[in-house]
Amino acid sequence: MRLLTHNMLSCNIKGVTNGFPLRLEVEKFVEKEVDFSAEFLRNIFPKIEWKALVDAARSMGYAELPDEADSSMLDSDDFLKKFHHALLELHLEEGALICPETGRRFPVNKGIPNMLLHEDEV
Amino acid sequence: MDPKIDVRTESSSMPSSIRTKEGDQWNSKPVSYKMYSKSAQIRLVSSHPEVYEPCDDSFALVDALLADRTNLLEHHPSLCMEVGCGSGYVITSLAIMLGQEVAGVHYIATDINPHAVQVTSETLKAHGVHAEVISTDIASGLERRLSGIVDVMVVNPPYVPTPEDEVGRDGITSAWAGGENGRRVIDRILPIADKLLSDRGWLYMVMLAANNPSQICLAMREKGYASRIIVQRSTEEESLHVVKFWRDSDIQVGAREPTTTSRTTSTTVMESLFSQFPRLAFWRNDNNSY
Repeated sequence: MRLLTHNMLSCNIKGVTNGFPLRLEVEKFVEKEVDFSAEFLRNIFPKIEWKALVDAARSMGYAELPDEADSSMLDSDDFLKKFHHALLELHLEEGALICPETGRRFPVNKGIPNMLLHEDEV
Repeated sequence: MDPKIDVRTESSSMPSSIRTKEGDQWNSKPVSYKMYSKSAQIRLVSSHPEVYEPCDDSFALVDALLADRTNLLEHHPSLCMEVGCGSGYVITSLAIMLGQEVAGVHYIATDINPHAVQVTSETLKAHGVHAEVISTDIASGLERRLSGIVDVMVVNPPYVPTPEDEVGRDGITSAWAGGENGRRVIDRILPIADKLLSDRGWLYMVMLAANNPSQICLAMREKGYASRIIVQRSTEEESLHVVKFWRDSDIQVGAREPTTTSRTTSTTVMESLFSQFPRLAFWRNDNNSY
């Protein structure tokens, strides 16, 4: 699971209002090289919750992202490379996503998050 | 979409013309098969007893995407998503047919069946392409943050008319059981698709005559979508359609229309739909037989 996906996931339990960002519980992560596309990064940047990405990357030991970012930084190759690496190349392989409101644990196995709910959560 | 039907033979995935082309060139110039492949290969698609294998409906959807491939390439989507990815045949094919020429496309695939997401993941890996795979019901957990940013959505929904109590069962049943008129899950997916699709978003959906496609198109029209049949295919068992929906700024969104004009609007819509798809009359007649 890429951190882009993490950035797009919220807790889906009925009644939860503060289900984002899910906290990462990292048992195993991997780095996979992905073709660089500045255009994709520029397109997706406005949709990214920056702090959630920064914190998620740090939980995998990657602390190169600035605490705050704005669109003017998208002109910097150095910034784009770091953004690219954090967003697309860091994968959570094994671990879990934890709801910040309820503490519900959504397991991630073989890189696949399981967001399926129990009957009493729908 | 009967799970008892045997899966089509290997030749379905590899048209003979392509094989010949590759064979002709092989002696003079070594080229990999991948260069000519525009869809996933059946022999590389993973499987599991509880996962729906690529069948006529899967092939129809991939054929529709291939038929529309030039438009898709020009459309240059950033984010593509498949709801109900099953074996992974369709999302893998989409990634292959766009991947070689468009850089920076991100793919997401979901399925409610935990075996299916595993199989999809294996199928993607076997073809050397990537999609983010998520085990979830339609887009649950993604709806809030993914709202308005999906440029292409593909869906081969559980469309088979079944007793209501078969809907929502575990395992492979979730791949085909569609409840009354096969519409139970389709009708849940459509508003979610509307929410997730970007302003330039396209939706490709497989449906049966029994699902009443003309009614689906009208309902989507009320939300501001135009539609077109990309592929129509009749098998012994079912009449398959792959319909493409896209937001059309010329269509007034039904909800904003005063009630008094809605009759006029829908009459106009029907006329335009019938002129666009002569087959709609056939759909309506066919419905009676189901």
